[in-house]
Amino acid sequence: MFLTRTLPTLLAFAFGAVAVLIYYIPHGVAQEIERELSLWLRILYAFAYFLGLYSILNLHWTRIQRRQGGWAYSGVAIASFLVMFLFVVYNDGAGPFAPQASAGGYQWMFTYIHVACSSTMFSMLAFYIASAAYRTFRARSSDAAILLVAAIILMVGRVPIGHAISDFFPEAVAWLMEVPNLAAKRGIILGVSLGAIATSLRIIFGIERSYLGGGDE
Amino acid sequence: MRRRANRGLTALCMAILLPAQLLAQTPPKSAASDTPNDAGASITVTWPRGEAVGGTTYLVYVAADESGPFHLAAEVEAPLAAVLADDPGNFGRGEEQDATHYVNVSDYALDDGRQSLENDQIYYVRVAVRTDGMELRGAITSAVPEANLINTAKLNNFVIGTALSLIILASISLARRKEMFIRRIAGLEAIDEALGRATEMGKAVMFVHGLREMDKISTIAAVNILGQVARKTAQYDTLLKVTSYDPVVMSVSQETVKEAYVEVGRPDAYNEDNIFVAGTDQFSYAAAVEGMMVRERPAAHIMMGYFYAESLLLAETGSMTGAIQIAGTDAFTQLPFFVTTCDYTLMGEELYAASAYLSREPRMLGSLKGQDIGKAFLIAAILFGSLLATAGWPFITHALAAH
Repeated sequence: MFLTRTLPTLLAFAFGAVAVLIYYIPHGVAQEIERELSLWLRILYAFAYFLGLYSILNLHWTRIQRRQGGWAYSGVAIASFLVMFLFVVYNDGAGPFAPQASAGGYQWMFTYIHVACSSTMFSMLAFYIASAAYRTFRARSSDAAILLVAAIILMVGRVPIGHAISDFFPEAVAWLMEVPNLAAKRGIILGVSLGAIATSLRIIFGIERSYLGGGDE
Repeated sequence: MRRRANRGLTALCMAILLPAQLLAQTPPKSAASDTPNDAGASITVTWPRGEAVGGTTYLVYVAADESGPFHLAAEVEAPLAAVLADDPGNFGRGEEQDATHYVNVSDYALDDGRQSLENDQIYYVRVAVRTDGMELRGAITSAVPEANLINTAKLNNFVIGTALSLIILASISLARRKEMFIRRIAGLEAIDEALGRATEMGKAVMFVHGLREMDKISTIAAVNILGQVARKTAQYDTLLKVTSYDPVVMSVSQETVKEAYVEVGRPDAYNEDNIFVAGTDQFSYAAAVEGMMVRERPAAHIMMGYFYAESLLLAETGSMTGAIQIAGTDAFTQLPFFVTTCDYTLMGEELYAASAYLSREPRMLGSLKGQDIGKAFLIAAILFGSLLATAGWPFITHALAAH
C-alpha cells in the first residue's frame, strides 16, 4: 500500500509543489532544479521507448501469429521496422556509433517513403473535412443553419473571388474571426486553465488517484 | 571670388551649428541597477529619453574597476532604444517609464570575445551619446548583478492562481460536509450508454489517447478518465482496447487499467496486450488506429486528450464505422472537428471534469464546484474590467496582464 499509493502520492505532492514554485523563482538554483528534472524526464522517456518498441512489435507479431484480419499489414510494419533499423545501424557506412549520416538509405526511405506517406494522410484531411461539413450542414436545425452561413461567409471571404464580389466578405470574415470566434476561444481557454488548476490541485493533494489505478477511496 | 565667399559662409555655419547640436546632446545622466526578476548576471542601465536626433547612438560601457578600462557592452540607435514602459512587468507603467531608456547588460566586449557579468560583483557603467562622430560620455555609476528569489512580474499570476486554488480547496472541503449540485454533462452520461451498447453487442470499446506526453495535464486527465472507464468495462466484462502514441502513456495506462480490474475483482479479465503503442508518429498513429477501427469495428470509440490534425482523420473514420463516439479535448482548434463527427464531445474544461464527474466522489465534485465559482469571478472581472477600460481606467486590464 505504501509503495503503490502513499509514496506515489507523496512524490506527486513534492514534485507538483516544486514545479509550481519554480515558476515564480528566477534564481539560478531553481532553474538548475528545473533543468535537472527535465533531464530525468528525458532519461525516463529514452527507456520508455524500449517499452514502446516492444509493445508495437508484440502487437503486430501477435496479429501475424493469430492470422487476424489485416495481418499482412502487420508483416509490412515489422519488415519496414527491420529494414529501417538495419539502415540506421549501417549509417551510410559509418556504423551505429557515429552521428546519423545526412544521406544514405535511412534518409532516402525517410524522405521518399515516410514523409510521402505522412503527407498523403495529411492531404486526405481535405476530403474528410468536406464529408464532415456536408453531414453537419445537412442537419436541419438553427445551430446548423448558423454554422452553414458562417462557413459560407468564411469560405467566400478567404478566397480572391470573395474580395472581387464585395468588400463585405473580407470584412465579415475579419469580424467573425476577431469577435465571436475569439470570444469563444478565450472562453474555452479560461475554462481549460481553471480545469487544469483544479486537476493539478486534486493530484498534488492526493484527492485524484485514478492515474494510480482507481484509488479514490 | 564668389566660390571662396560660399566656402567661408559654410565654414562659419558649421562652426556655429555643430557646437549647438552637441550642446543639444548633453551627456546622459545614467543609472544602473540589478536587472529585476532574473537569474542574475545582468544589470539594467537607464538614462533619460533625449531628442531623437537622426544619427544619434547611445553607447553603454562597462568596467570591473572604477578607473577602467571601460568596455563597450551595448550600442543602441536613439530611435530604436527601448523605454522602461516597453517592459511593464519589470518596470511598471507611467510617464516616467515612458521618458526613460534602458538596456539590460549581461556581457561586454573584449578584444578576444565577450565577457559575461558575474553575480555579486560590482560593475561600473558609463553611458555615452554619439552624434556625427562626436562622443559625449556621462558620469560613472555602478551596480551589482544578483540572482532574484521572486519574480515580482508574476505576482499578479501568483495572487490570482492562489485565490482560485483557495476557492477550489474551500469547495473541496465544503463538499465533504454538504452535498453539491453538479450540472449534467451529456458527454459523460453517454459513456455509460456507450459501454452498455458495447456490452450488448459483444464488441470492444476503443480508448484513443491524444498525442501529448504524460507530463501534460490533458494526458493526465485522459488517464484519469481511462481509470473510470476501465472499472466499468471490468464490471461489464467488455473488452477494452487502449491505443497510445507515447510509450510512457502506455505504461501508465497499463497500470491504471490493471489496478481498475483488480479493484472490481476481475484481475483475470485484464490483458496487458490490449493497451499498446499504435505508433509514435502523428500520421502513422492515425493510420494504425483508423485501420483498427475499420477492421475490428469496436462498438464505441472514446478519444481523450490533446489532438492535432489527426483528430478529424480518427473521428471521421470512426463515424463511418457506425460506432458511438465520445471525444474530449482541450485543443480548441480541433473541437469543431470532434463536434461535427462525434456523438458527444467534452469541450475544454469538461475533459478535466470528467474523472471527478464519473467517480461521483464528493471531494472531487467539490473541485468542480470550485471551478465554477472561479469562473464566475473571472467573468465578473472581465465585465468590470471591460467597463472600466472603456471609461478610460484600464487598471484592471493592467493588473491582469500576463508578463
